[in-house]
Amino acid sequence: MITLNHYLWISGLLFALGIAGIIIRRNLLVIFMALEMNLNAANLALIAFSKFNKLVDGQVLVFFIIAIAAAEVAVGLAIIVALFRRQQTVSVDELNSMRL
Amino acid sequence: MLFCGVLVISSRNPVTSAMFLVALFVFMAGLFVLLEAFFLAAIQILVYAGAVMVLFLFVIMLLNIQATERQKFRWLGLLGGLIVAGAFVWELGIILRLPVAAIVPGKASFGGSLEAVVKPLFTNYMLPFEVTALLLLVAMIGVVLLSKKDLK
Repeated sequence: MITLNHYLWISGLLFALGIAGIIIRRNLLVIFMALEMNLNAANLALIAFSKFNKLVDGQVLVFFIIAIAAAEVAVGLAIIVALFRRQQTVSVDELNSMRL
Repeated sequence: MLFCGVLVISSRNPVTSAMFLVALFVFMAGLFVLLEAFFLAAIQILVYAGAVMVLFLFVIMLLNIQATERQKFRWLGLLGGLIVAGAFVWELGIILRLPVAAIVPGKASFGGSLEAVVKPLFTNYMLPFEVTALLLLVAMIGVVLLSKKDLK
């Protein structure tokens, strides 16, 4: 019997993996990919709740999240490309010119 | 799918990470189909696995990111990440202890069809819909502006 809790466990574990990826990795692009994983985990939780409560609003919200995530990826990658043009690196360790 | 997630964050080659992320998106679309959200499964494959990951791979190839060599492993970073993720999973274990009714497939009072999902989009959620369109326009302008060679 697949309960709501199973889906929430998967969503939570995926989110934890995303957070771990953001903290551990040094490559900006992989950090960005882990961020996308986070958003997908939230999508899964929303759709599971929408199925569980028999409301359709969760799915509408997931629609918006997918659209906005796509826009965010476009802008974020443009920023990364512009940053690479200046510093010639995408390693977070070397992008510390704004550090105190 | 969780194995795919682990491989996304722990591959040394960014292209391998991107490939596993695509596999993760496809698995996620499969889970959406199991949850009877058919329209959103199709949108997930089209937008995420189709457009977003292609964008990622374009940027990886444009910047010519090499696979990172086996550097001295930052134990502090790994420990911090594992602590944060572990704390989150522990809290999840506390929260998800309550008994919950089962999700029985086919008992939804609405379908995951196109009409059922999009009808609130044009009635109740009209304002976020228009604002999202505006946001996409702004994002497009921003991307074009950010990739200019020099701004006069």
